[in-house]
Amino acid sequence: MTVLVGYVPSPEGEAALRAGIDEARLRGEKLLVLNTSRGDALVDPRFAQEPELAHVREDLAALGVDFDVRQVLGGDAAEEIVALAERAEVSLVVIGLRRRSAVGKLIMGSAAQQILLDAGCPVLAVKAAA
Amino acid sequence: MDNLNNLMQGFADVVAPMNLLLALVGVVIGTAVGVLPGIGPAMTVALLLPVTYGMEPVQAFIMFAGIFYGGMYGGSTTSILLNTPGESSSVVTAIEGNKMAKAGRASQALATAAIGSFVAGTIGTLLLVLVTPFVVDFAVSLGAPDYFALMLLSFVAVTSVLGASRLRGLVSLLLGLTVGLVGIDAVSGQQRLTLGIPQLADGIDVVVVAVGIFAVGEALWVAAHLRRRPAEIIPVGRPWLGKSDWKRSWKPWLRGTLFGFPFGALPAGGAEIPTFLSYATEKRLTKHPEEFGKGAIEGVAGPEAANNASAAGTLVPMLAIGLPTNATAAVMLAAFQSYGIQPGPLLFARESSLVWVLIASLFVGNLLLLLLNLPLAPAWAKLLRIPRPYLYAGILFFASMGAYAVNAQPLDLFLLLILGLLGFAMRRFGLPVLPLIVGVILGPRAELQGRRSLQLSGGELSGLVGGPVSYAVYTVIALVLLWPLVRRFVPRPLSREGVRA
Repeated sequence: MTVLVGYVPSPEGEAALRAGIDEARLRGEKLLVLNTSRGDALVDPRFAQEPELAHVREDLAALGVDFDVRQVLGGDAAEEIVALAERAEVSLVVIGLRRRSAVGKLIMGSAAQQILLDAGCPVLAVKAAA
Repeated sequence: MDNLNNLMQGFADVVAPMNLLLALVGVVIGTAVGVLPGIGPAMTVALLLPVTYGMEPVQAFIMFAGIFYGGMYGGSTTSILLNTPGESSSVVTAIEGNKMAKAGRASQALATAAIGSFVAGTIGTLLLVLVTPFVVDFAVSLGAPDYFALMLLSFVAVTSVLGASRLRGLVSLLLGLTVGLVGIDAVSGQQRLTLGIPQLADGIDVVVVAVGIFAVGEALWVAAHLRRRPAEIIPVGRPWLGKSDWKRSWKPWLRGTLFGFPFGALPAGGAEIPTFLSYATEKRLTKHPEEFGKGAIEGVAGPEAANNASAAGTLVPMLAIGLPTNATAAVMLAAFQSYGIQPGPLLFARESSLVWVLIASLFVGNLLLLLLNLPLAPAWAKLLRIPRPYLYAGILFFASMGAYAVNAQPLDLFLLLILGLLGFAMRRFGLPVLPLIVGVILGPRAELQGRRSLQLSGGELSGLVGGPVSYAVYTVIALVLLWPLVRRFVPRPLSREGVRA
């Protein structure tokens, strides 16, 4: 079984990663770090660039967690996470939450909400350290 | 002095609130399309042309001038921060600009690009004011054979000087000339290439061609290559220049201006060649050769000045002779025609207030662009985060609306789709788009002048060779066409050095 972390290069994403590491160690399970982009804009700040991923890998290797880092292009972040959670024997999904206004959620939707509702396994949602 | 008075009158007209507002709208749209790769000022002017039918021609041109200059400013931002040129004219800027940004000097690179563009744009527009009356005086003396020769030169230059392949340039030009032929022959009244469709008798509107090839073609192309790894954008603060940067920038600005203006004014000069020349010159003259390739500020300052000066230079032949030398000028020329204004030497006599307001609006737009770009460059870069499906949906909407608005004919929408597929195929097979547009716009006019000369001479071919001007132009054409042959058979040690520089 694995713990799946939805990773974004932001304070929320880092918090999710930390929480995911703790959970994976506690459960003695593998850690799967997923970062996605729809890939339809020229610039996507939520898509981790190579230096950031290298940093994540280094941290995980230093902590001695059994891990895998994946990047997926094409789908919606929420859909990719839910789909992977079903395929890859995932026991827990860890995501970061950020503060959104009601109007913002109405217009843009909320990936976190979609994951919480659709995922077939428990979801741990953490906030960025204040 | 007369011109100066006219220019002052032009300024007086531009500062009217409505005109200032349109200038602002123009430069904002221009910068935005400049920042976004794949969307250029030519496409934008074509898209907005039908929207401006309700306006005074003067107001439409104030907006177009803003878009034209704005595109040159915006292209540098993408080049520097993303290493993807926003426009073809800022390819060279990316070489040193992105290196500077990676070395943490993005603000200086953006600042030297913006201020250099301002300096070059202002000097270039001044040169435009000074030079154009002389070109007009010269152009008035030209007869039909001379015009025919000049347009032939334009065709030859646009196919063989620009782009990697002459064959592809020629294919594209012939496509354009063919599209330009559709309709009723003005002399004999015969229908040509109308396929028995009555709506085609009026010809295919240039707006439909430009929008189809630029906008629909590009949208299809992007749709076919939608998913790609998002690139890294370099975060940047407010652009500024230190004292040493000013010292190193001002000479490249001036030299870049000197390269850019004349090349813009030449047929098929465009902005690409002078930016490369400026880069090569700065590389040779710099006191910091060790920085080149690692982010030298001269390599940003020179080419950015060159591309803005060439934008000003482009307007000289467009206004004075009616010859477009780049895609945006070609579409603006089509805009003149759609307002029933005949570009050429008589433009200054007949529509003098329009011309001078246009020129005055260039000065104003240039200043607005500096104010918009210097503090706001990081905000412009955020445009790159827009998902392209949204962007191109908007473009397709404007494209269909524009194509329909021209004649209110459903047939134009089918033509738009066909031309869009043609534009997609041209991108797929690497055909340049500029020769096609030039062919569509200049083709009918070249035919008119050519046949006029033949009518005057009673069908004698000698009528096509009118005077000293046409002799000189035909010589240049022969040189351009024969140059590759000559180079193949006369091996010279010099040519290798030319390639290296």
